[in-house]
Amino acid sequence: MTGNAELVVARPTGPKTPAKGLIARLLLRRGTIVVFCVLFAVACITLLPFYWMFSSSLRTMENMFSLPIQWIPDPVNWMSYVIAWQAQDFTRYFFNSGVVAIAITLGNLLLCSLAGYSLTKFHYRGRGLMFVLILSTMMLPLEVTMVPLFLIIKQLDWANTYQGLIVPFLVDGFGVFLMRQYMLSIPKDLIDSARIDGASELRIFWMIVLPLCKPALVALAVFTFREAWDMYIWPLIIITKDSLRTLPLGISLFMSSYGTSWDQLMAIAVLGTLPMILLFFFLQRAFIQGIAATGLKE
Amino acid sequence: MASIEIRAVNKAFGPTQVLHDVDLEVANGEFLVLVGPSGCGKSTLLRMIAGLEEVSGGEISIGGRVVNDLPPKNRDIAMVFQNYALYPHMTVRENMAFSLKLRREPKPQIARQVEDAAEVLNLMPFLDRYPRQLSGGQRQRVAMGRAIVRNPQVFLFDEPLSNLDAKLRVQMRVEIRSLHQRLHATSVYVTHDQIEAMTMADRIVVLHEGRIEQVGSPLDLYDHPANLFVAGFIGSPSMNFVRGVLRARDDTHWVEAGDGTALPVGGSPQGRDGQEVVYSFRPEHLELGATGGGVPAKIQVIEPTGADTHVFCEFCGTQICAVFGERLSVRPGETIFLQPKVAGVHLFDAANGKVLTNGIGN
Repeated sequence: MTGNAELVVARPTGPKTPAKGLIARLLLRRGTIVVFCVLFAVACITLLPFYWMFSSSLRTMENMFSLPIQWIPDPVNWMSYVIAWQAQDFTRYFFNSGVVAIAITLGNLLLCSLAGYSLTKFHYRGRGLMFVLILSTMMLPLEVTMVPLFLIIKQLDWANTYQGLIVPFLVDGFGVFLMRQYMLSIPKDLIDSARIDGASELRIFWMIVLPLCKPALVALAVFTFREAWDMYIWPLIIITKDSLRTLPLGISLFMSSYGTSWDQLMAIAVLGTLPMILLFFFLQRAFIQGIAATGLKE
Repeated sequence: MASIEIRAVNKAFGPTQVLHDVDLEVANGEFLVLVGPSGCGKSTLLRMIAGLEEVSGGEISIGGRVVNDLPPKNRDIAMVFQNYALYPHMTVRENMAFSLKLRREPKPQIARQVEDAAEVLNLMPFLDRYPRQLSGGQRQRVAMGRAIVRNPQVFLFDEPLSNLDAKLRVQMRVEIRSLHQRLHATSVYVTHDQIEAMTMADRIVVLHEGRIEQVGSPLDLYDHPANLFVAGFIGSPSMNFVRGVLRARDDTHWVEAGDGTALPVGGSPQGRDGQEVVYSFRPEHLELGATGGGVPAKIQVIEPTGADTHVFCEFCGTQICAVFGERLSVRPGETIFLQPKVAGVHLFDAANGKVLTNGIGN
């Protein structure tokens, strides 16, 4: 859209008269207004479910599905937050989700960047094939690998353990792809220079390559954390102990055959969204830089 | 400081052979320049000395120690890269201190060494800046500073000035040279710019397609090129070449150009009567003759550089360049008469490009 706006300005040719300049400015302004209107509409559509979640958490159960829709809750029911928090051991579930998401994120940051480093800066037989194989794992959804994965975890006796929740997701094809693409932009001379300066390969990775990959690492951290924080199916399969439930499993407890406590469910969902929003808020600049630099988005 | 010996070194990337049996010695404290067109293998040779490329065959020693299998960090070398290769996330001070830190030298000593080097290179005001906050010339100086703090046995330069603008390049050339005079460090310098080679080198090595064409002092290469390639590569504007046939009658020799013009040759050149040769002379080895004296040349383009005048003209059916110290009042399209100075004429065998006669000093 911005491109169109620029085109409009560039179009007038020949000697510039004040009138033409004014028209160009008006056209530019009109273009900008259109751009903002469209962006505003898209932003509203994106934010609507979040607002719906928040407003539902504040509505009473009687007003939950009343028609016409009650966009602004009346009366405002803050109690659903207190009741929901006390209904289950949510402190524990938040803690479990935090441990799992942080561990998976750190694992991905380390392992994906190591793999990306190897795939970009070292020459060895089968390197290209290896990359293709890693990429091809991105085509397989969890539903396909779920059963064999479950059998492996069961054999390892890792059901109902943190490692059962964490280890299968410590590295991910997409993460390797993202880090590899970013590392392609790091000049090889920097690494050679560090070699001559006397750095070992691991030190080069740690002191030169990783700091330079900060934008990509941030992007990967946000992606991975979100996925791990949201993970539902896998914990549902391997966790039966209450003390190991993650937040999504805890939220699902509000749904039973006797009905769903929508107000409480939405209240916990709001609280569950906050860490993600905060994470993105603090890292957004580096995150966008990381996405732009890897060529994933223009 | 140390000498470098390169013996029968070969390098192949897969089936492509990029260096063929290279033999070379760099004396202790010498400033050696490797020059050649792109793809001639000069950077590969430098990277092999540094240990960044494996040696496919032959032996490289530094200071009498064979280093073929030593990693770069154990070779006691420093290298300055074309794109500076400064660590972008470190300040100038951290960049320069990096190698010393890795060697676990005491902090006060690191600080002193970094500041000493910064003093020499006028980098004191920039020590706490990041590379992105510096100009090209300053970055280049930091790259050199990073090399000199380590006090290595050998300095390696990989086209360090090619990213700088022309004026800065001249300035840095002088700085590198004066730094070498101060440190007397054995240095190997790679460039594709023959002016850089001529002005900086103690000795020049001309490489072409992975082979050494000639090794010698700058003026030696300029005055006594061993073959057509070196003759054409060294010197700017480059040497003029006119194809012809060597003629000998009694004790007189001359070259008959393609259009039948007789071109003078001094002394008794090697080669036989009727041999196809390339008659060569540098642009400054031409004299303006009076009308009717010398070979007529039709002027195509005139380039006044201020200091002298470059005249491009057609001479015996070939485009040549003539350089005159004085300013000429001639125009394109006019005909002037040019006479090659016999002392500056070189003859090369047209078949294999090898020299038959080098005019100067003959």
